[in-house]
Amino acid sequence: MSDWVEACDATDIDEEDVMRFDHGGRTFAIYRSPDDEYFATDGLCTHEKVHLADGLVMDDIIECPKHNGRFNYKTGAARGAPVCVNLKTYPVKVDAGKVLVQIG
Amino acid sequence: MARGMVIIGAGECGGRAALALCDLGYDGPVTLVGDEPHLPYERPPLSKEAMASDAPEIKVIASDEVLAGKSIRHIHSVQAVAIDRAAHTVRLSDGSVLPYDKLLLATGSIPRKLPMPGLGARCVYLRTFADALAIRAHLGAGNRIAVIGGGFIGLELAAAARKLGASVTVIEAQLRILMRGVPVEIAEIIHQAHIAEGVDIVCGEGIASIADDGRQVRVGLAGGREITADLAIIGIGAIPVTGVAAEAGLTIDNGIAVDVELRTSDPDIFAAGDCCSFPLAVYGGRRVRLEAWRNAQEQGALAAKNMLGAGEAHASVPWFWSDQYGLSLQIAGLSDEGKSTVRRDLGDGAFILFHLAGDGRLVAASGIGPGNAVARDIRLAEMLIGKQARPAPEALESQAVKLKSLLAA
Repeated sequence: MSDWVEACDATDIDEEDVMRFDHGGRTFAIYRSPDDEYFATDGLCTHEKVHLADGLVMDDIIECPKHNGRFNYKTGAARGAPVCVNLKTYPVKVDAGKVLVQIG
Repeated sequence: MARGMVIIGAGECGGRAALALCDLGYDGPVTLVGDEPHLPYERPPLSKEAMASDAPEIKVIASDEVLAGKSIRHIHSVQAVAIDRAAHTVRLSDGSVLPYDKLLLATGSIPRKLPMPGLGARCVYLRTFADALAIRAHLGAGNRIAVIGGGFIGLELAAAARKLGASVTVIEAQLRILMRGVPVEIAEIIHQAHIAEGVDIVCGEGIASIADDGRQVRVGLAGGREITADLAIIGIGAIPVTGVAAEAGLTIDNGIAVDVELRTSDPDIFAAGDCCSFPLAVYGGRRVRLEAWRNAQEQGALAAKNMLGAGEAHASVPWFWSDQYGLSLQIAGLSDEGKSTVRRDLGDGAFILFHLAGDGRLVAASGIGPGNAVARDIRLAEMLIGKQARPAPEALESQAVKLKSLLAA
């Protein structure tokens, strides 16, 4: 089990929005839901490796900025063409105003 | 015993339709007929990423395993030659006859041919993966490429050719590149990007002659200049494939004419994607034909639903994109619906032009910038267009106002 990594301040991300986080040669997307919860997934869309942090968050869906592939960012589930491969998700917690991600 | 669903055309649209039929629970036979030897594949990369690679690969929409898992029968390398509407059958070029309950025509479009004498083996068009491979073989360093037509296909190929070290001349008969559907401010940025990358662009000059001896092409311009190239790539638009539909007596109107449910003039035959013209609800039913990847995908899925009796009307907003060098352009809606524009700057040189109708409705948004800088706001604009919203021009202009906040209004 790997350690928790600090991704950003909780206030760095607006509600219902997403931000890019790079760590150890890998790239992730950190989400803040409309209900003020935080989530993390792999950064790149499973369709054509486009970064999801440029995409649009609506409720619990992140939409790829290029080809509109959709995922539920809470579960990673692919939600329609052209994506068919799920997105990997990572545990997230907020501690003392910092967003921490467990990138196993 | 169901006769089943037959789909003519195994591109993005047909492929998506076949998958959708199965995903919607249809358990009768689904037959997908394509004239290429490949599995259904994505065409957009053919003028982009695939071209820059040393060994271009096909990006399939559905593998053999996926098709088999869904019991989709894929017949490749054959064409539909005739539809017998009374008998509900389609005859194929291999002589076989397929019965259908519902038929989907997803025949796509083919490149418009340059109506001139003198064309030969070194004058090519791009439509298929095979075309792309043939073009790729000529894009190496030191080669001279003439691109005839300053539209998206030609410009994307010009960018790919420069990346691979070829010298490139783009010839556009109109006064500027991207005349159709792209605002002049954005076309100018793309023009300058090509110039900066060393592309020679000639606008406003027609082609007087073409001489192709099988090894090189000499393109004579109306003004007297002659351009010699190892390959001439012709990208002057596309025309819908309607032959079989027309012979079967279906209504043709700039493509196979369909209604809001993508039904042709025969209730058991649907058409979708590049080959059809359809009423666009967001513009009061204006009949359009779109040559766009997402439209093909969405209409394929919608046609599948309606073949199963869903009765769902098409309600999307047109959307397309283009990548050239590090720039990405995205357009939602049809900008010719607009009477005025409002500009929103997003930083890093990225900006969006919002096109407003006379009554204040947002009817289109055109954006350009590095990477995917404009993607999110174009997507939000697309939703606003779909809602026929009338956002305040000052709100569209101001970076301080989030577009998402306008959606709730």
